[in-house]
Amino acid sequence: MKRPDRIDWIWLALLAATATTWWLGEHPGATPGTPMACVVLALAAGKGVLIVRDYMELRHAPALWQRLLLGWLGLTTLILLVATVWPR
Amino acid sequence: MPSDATAALPGPAPAQQRLVGDLVVWLLVLAELLTFGILFASFAVTRVRERALFAAGQATLDLSSGAINTVLLVSASWCVARSVHAVRADQSRTGARWLLGALTSGCGFLVLKTVEYVHKWNEGIDVAENSFYLLYVMLTGFHFLHAAVGCILFAVLWQPTRRGAYGPGNCHALETGAVFWHMVDLLWMLLFPLVYVLR
Repeated sequence: MKRPDRIDWIWLALLAATATTWWLGEHPGATPGTPMACVVLALAAGKGVLIVRDYMELRHAPALWQRLLLGWLGLTTLILLVATVWPR
Repeated sequence: MPSDATAALPGPAPAQQRLVGDLVVWLLVLAELLTFGILFASFAVTRVRERALFAAGQATLDLSSGAINTVLLVSASWCVARSVHAVRADQSRTGARWLLGALTSGCGFLVLKTVEYVHKWNEGIDVAENSFYLLYVMLTGFHFLHAAVGCILFAVLWQPTRRGAYGPGNCHALETGAVFWHMVDLLWMLLFPLVYVLR
């Protein structure tokens, strides 16, 4: 059987990050609000980076495209983080 | 003695810097990311103003169903990436099988999401219920339509892939379809925590 390569490991990493996010959502008492929001959004952004760089193959594309997509990802994640931890 | 043309080519070879797929799909990707970005921000900002309403609305959603949907989307992404790799290695039949896997996972997502919508509808909940459900249906419904288009692309690409119409150096259409699906997947990576997990 063929040995797993990079895109296989990335799929496993995406599954593991999804499972962690699900667990955090199912156990909201395990971590308080702001740290949980940071972890969940960091996992989401991390998954996004893997998809953009490896599955969309922007690692090998002109740098502008990678900057545009990762810039969108970073900015959107930041907006979601600020709105989530905004004082009640 | 090296020619002038060779000497004038510093840095990586042009082949190492390639945008896979059609430029049009990348422009579409940018437009869709901006549109969804505005929708994500609208959802997050409205939640700041209506915390209790959004918490109650989120409590009616099935987190496990959202997580399974995430697994189906990333699995479809993995399958289509594998399909592109197989076709580039001149293994069309293998590529077609991976594409079928992507189509199956994508359809699984559509079925599960439809079940969620029907369940909500049977509970008497619709978009006019409150701002949470309005934004929930807008966000997930718009994403659902993109996933449906992605599945149609997989179905359309399957037959030519199977009969070997694409190969090394000639899989532009397959790469374009793959990029579109990866965008659908990327959007869900933020949509899932925003709607189902964050409070």
